Parts: sequence; structure tokens; C-alpha cells
Amino acid sequence: MARFILGRLIGGIVILWLVSVLAFVLFFVIPKALGNNPAVLFAGRSPDPATIAGVTKKLGLDRSYVDQYWDFLRGVFVGRHFDSGSDRSWCPAPCLGYSFRNDQPVWSQIVDALPVTASLSFGAAALFLVIGVSTGVFSAVRRGGLFDRIAAAVSLAGVSLPVYFTGLLLLLLVSYKWHIIDNVHYVNFTHNPALWAWNLIPAWLVLSLLYTANYQRLTRASMIETLGEDYVRTARAKGLPERTVIGKHALRPALTPIVTIFGLDLGVLFGGAILTEHTFGFRGLGAISIDAVNTQDLPVTMGVTLFAAFFIILANVLVDVTYAIIDPRVRPS
Amino acid sequence: MTGPAPTGTPFLQVRDLTVSFRTDDGVVHAVDKLSFSVERGRTLGIVGESGSGKSVTSLAIMGLHRRGRRVGIDGEIRLDGEDLVTAAAERVRGLRGRRMAMIFQDPLSSMHPQFTVGEQIVEAYRVHNRVSRATARRRATELLELVGIPEPARRLDDYPHQFSGGMRQRAMIAMAVSCNPELLIADEPTTALDVTVQAQILDLMRELQKEFNSAIIIITHDLGVVAEISDDILVMYAGQAMEHGPVEEVFAHAEHPYTWGLLQSITRLDRQLETTLRTIPGSPPSLINVPPGCPFHPRCTYRELAGPAASTVRPPLTETSPGHRVACHLPVEQRRRLLREEVTPTL
Repeated sequence: MARFILGRLIGGIVILWLVSVLAFVLFFVIPKALGNNPAVLFAGRSPDPATIAGVTKKLGLDRSYVDQYWDFLRGVFVGRHFDSGSDRSWCPAPCLGYSFRNDQPVWSQIVDALPVTASLSFGAAALFLVIGVSTGVFSAVRRGGLFDRIAAAVSLAGVSLPVYFTGLLLLLLVSYKWHIIDNVHYVNFTHNPALWAWNLIPAWLVLSLLYTANYQRLTRASMIETLGEDYVRTARAKGLPERTVIGKHALRPALTPIVTIFGLDLGVLFGGAILTEHTFGFRGLGAISIDAVNTQDLPVTMGVTLFAAFFIILANVLVDVTYAIIDPRVRPS
Repeated sequence: MTGPAPTGTPFLQVRDLTVSFRTDDGVVHAVDKLSFSVERGRTLGIVGESGSGKSVTSLAIMGLHRRGRRVGIDGEIRLDGEDLVTAAAERVRGLRGRRMAMIFQDPLSSMHPQFTVGEQIVEAYRVHNRVSRATARRRATELLELVGIPEPARRLDDYPHQFSGGMRQRAMIAMAVSCNPELLIADEPTTALDVTVQAQILDLMRELQKEFNSAIIIITHDLGVVAEISDDILVMYAGQAMEHGPVEEVFAHAEHPYTWGLLQSITRLDRQLETTLRTIPGSPPSLINVPPGCPFHPRCTYRELAGPAASTVRPPLTETSPGHRVACHLPVEQRRRLLREEVTPTL
């Protein structure tokens, strides 16, 4: 088992490395090959030649691509200096780049935004996982019944309605009309856990509504399949109570595909729930990347991309390991 | 064939059992007025083609088909005198696995792939017995030993996929007999196994029957299996009983043309393969539109001899010799003559 986990981790690191190469090519090599000097992009709108030269020197853009990538990679592990002779900035490890627009390392921006994104995604994920799976199980057990039909309709509405609609509607009602939560804003967990949760509830609901439907449908389909399996019939033939038959013998194998999707969704959510953050005015990773794209702040865009990739890959490794725990047949013998 | 002579009231008595399923295409009459009984220590073999209602009958006995919106069950299923058709679902669940247990065809798909063999046996034992996990585990080890699995204590922690096919079926049997059931239903227990392993499994079932004096129903389409292990045989067709009686009697003096067909289609390796295998012409009827009269008449070679009643009147199951009952319109004398003159020479 330890070797299996190690193997998956190494695989994950290799993929992450490939992603970093790809991102480097995308942000540093291709623009230059197309005749756009990245220094111009990095330096801001309509810079003068002196600034461009400074930026070029500072970022080492005059060096070979290999050297540039090596500097970047080294920075991730040991930090790096951005030095143009007159202007010197220190970017500590893990240095994912330096935003000249905000004059701070990309990493510190990510660190500031991470609690917001983490709170939002973990809360919503817990909510949609529990609600989606449990309603999916009920639907499968009583398929064709009233609950199943209502759940199907709500599901369809859930996936179809965009967040900026449901989010604004909820804000309108909860905040502006009924004044249950006035002025929804992000409160730090360490500052006041109760207020933290209270302010996040509308965002959790809106974000999870979008996902619950998928989990409800996936669980339903998966459960209908396992409920027809021979081993479920065996479980009944043993005289097990129906709740054990469904909750243990049928649900456990049905969870396998759900774990996969959940890992991916969680990884993607960690890259920032752009629409939800924007609707509720939370400064998470989504908001940072939107700002970075709008202001052409390439180091931030690249940093957030790599960071999101890291989480998606990590989630995948965790999925593989969970798989092996759930299903002994996947385990290497 | 080795069981004791019938005594007292049978442990399982099925009377006029009718099971139907409502589907989008119509009502499926899976089992139609079926009656039989099995005593403790005796074995009944139920044979018939796929779709003849064998498995539905066993699942209905186990309470795995219950009356509901889509399922209709009529008649009586009496286990030790208690009617299971009208009993509460929770009551039947309490009997399931404890007083009656079932072994299924494919042990690989019938065992849960994600739990160890030990966990599955322990679970079966603990539903019906208030014992600690450790006690149940000891019991599971004993059971694996009983069914002939080497190194039982170690194999307990294996998953089903780490067992061979024969070992899996042994483990299934260990699970089924964990609570010493008085009725054991085996639905094609050897179909998915190698021929050599088949014989071992049948031997094991016979040994266990001696030890627990349980009533056994073995469902199969293999007359060889029936001949080897059963005391009685019930031939089913389209959810109905065609012929029922002691194994020796039915094998020696089969009276139903359908039974003849089954006997003729047995592969005989001691014969020269000069002719192709005999088959019964036609295919089993749809259970939504069961032919009127005798359900077998469209495929029966001798339907002309039975007259117009064959396609209009359902033949009653009538006793023709002690314990031997047949549902056929042909006059008894004629059936015996046909068997003697036309069927026996082809066997």
C-alpha cells in the first residue's frame, strides 16, 4: 500500500512538472515567438523603453529559455531575487513569480485568498456531497416515486440555473428584503467562527445547488445499478435489515464513481469558484485570477494556474488512494 | 436418494403458489398454481428450462419477492407450518438466513467484492445471533473448515476475488449454513463451476445435509445433478408443474412428454456420436401469453393423440402411481406405451 501511494505521488509530481513546463511555454515562449515581448506585458500598459529594459533585466528575459525556466523552478523551492540593478525584490520560496502591478510575490496573494476559497469550497463540497448522495440513494430506492420525481425536477433546475442568478436572488431575499444576513462579506474563521459560517451560508447554498444535482443523479444511477447486483440479493438472503443492505452493501460500491468526480470537483473548486466569489464579493482565488486576467498580470495568472493544477493533481492522487481503500480489487497484492 | 422415508408434516409446504409480475408489456405469469413439499433430511430437485419459474419460486419462498405494486403472490408457503405469504416482511427477514438459507449460481457475483470472506460470514452469523465479533469470527473459521477450505483462519481475511471458483462456492455455502438453517435452497449451485468441482460441491451439500438434517431444494437444468443428489424431482414448464415424484420413479417411468424431451437431451458419452444431440423443438413460451390448455402443447410431439383438450383445458396434476404425479392429457396407458416403444429406445 505504501508503495502504491508513493507511486501515485511520484506520478503526480511528474504531471505537475509537465504542467509547469507547459505554463512556462504558454506564458514566456509563445508570446515572444509571436513577436510580443513579455516584458511589455509585465511592465504594464504603454511603458517607456527604459522600463521595458528594466523589466527584461529583472525577469531575466534576456537569458535563454532553459535558464529562465531553471530560475523559475529554483524559485519555487528556494526563492529568488528579481534584480534589475537599481530595483531589487526578494520573492521567498515557494516563489511562483512576482506581480509588478501589486508589487508583491504571487504566493503572498494566493495565501491571502486561499482561506476564502478553502472555506467556500470545503463548505459547499460537504453540503453537496451529503445532500447529493443521500437524496440520490432515496431516489434510487424509491425510483419512480414522488420523491424521485421531485428530486429530478429540482436537480434539473439546479444545474440549469446560473450562479449569478440564484446567487443574486438569494442575496436579494436574505440580505436586502428579509435582512437575515445584512451585508454579506467574508469574515475570517479565526476572527469569529460563527460569523464566518453565517456569512458563508448563502454562498455555500448557491454553489452546492449547482453540484448537488450531479451528485444526486450520479448516486441514483450508480445505486440503481448496485441494487440489482447479485451480492445485494445475497445480503437480503442473509436476513440483513434493509438499511444495512442499502447503506452498506449497495452504497459502498456505488460510491466509487462518486469519489472520482468528487476529487476532481474539489480540485477545480480550489482553483477558485469565480462566479460565486464574484456574486458575493469574496476575494478568493477566483477573484484574483479574474483581476489578473483583466489587468494582464501574467505572473499572477500563471501562479494561480499552477496552484490550481497542484490541487487538481493532489485531488487525483487522493482519489486513487481512496479507490484502493474502498475497493480491494484495485489494491496491489 | 439416501434421505429417510417421509414422516409427519413436511418442513416446507408450498400450495397453489402463484407469482406474477406487472410489467410494461403485460402481466408475467412466472409461477402458476405450483404445489410441492420438502421434508427435513430430504432433497427436492426442481428442473426446467430458463424461464420456467424455478428461480422465482425459490426467491418467493425466501421472501425476496414480496407482494407489492408490481408483484402478485397467491397461495401458501408454509415453513414449519407458518405461512410466509401473509407473514410480515420483518418476520420473514428474521427467518431468512436463520431457518432458511440460499446458495446462488455464481459465487463470484454473489459475494460482495469489497468485503472479506470472513466479514461476510461474520455478518450473516451476527444478524441472527447476539454474539461478539470475536465469537462470530471463531464460528466463521469453524465454518470454513467444515466446508473444506484449507487454512481457514488465514483465508478468512481474503477477499472473494482471491478465492478460486470452487472455494468461493464453498465459502457461500459456509455463509448459508452459518445459522444451521433447516431449509437450504441452492439455485444452480454448480452451473458456474468446473465439472470436477461440481461433484465436490454436491458431495459437500450431501454431507452438510446429513449433519444438519436440513431440507434441501436444488434448482438446476442439469438432470445429472438431480439424479445424483435428489430424493424427489419436480419438472417445471412455463411456471407450472409437469411431473413430480421420487427420482428413481420419474427417471425410470417418466410419463410427461416434456420430461422425455429433457431426458433425451442429456449428453451421453457412452454412446457413439453418430447422431446430433436431441433437442426439444420450439422454444419456451412467453410468460405473458402462456398457451391455453397444456402450456407445453405447441412443442409436444404427441399433441394430436391428446385430442382438442390439449389446447383448451389445462391438465390437472394427477397421481398415476404412489407419489408420482403428472399433468398430461394423454391417457395413462398410452403414455406408458409411448415411453416403452418410442422414448426408451432413444435414451
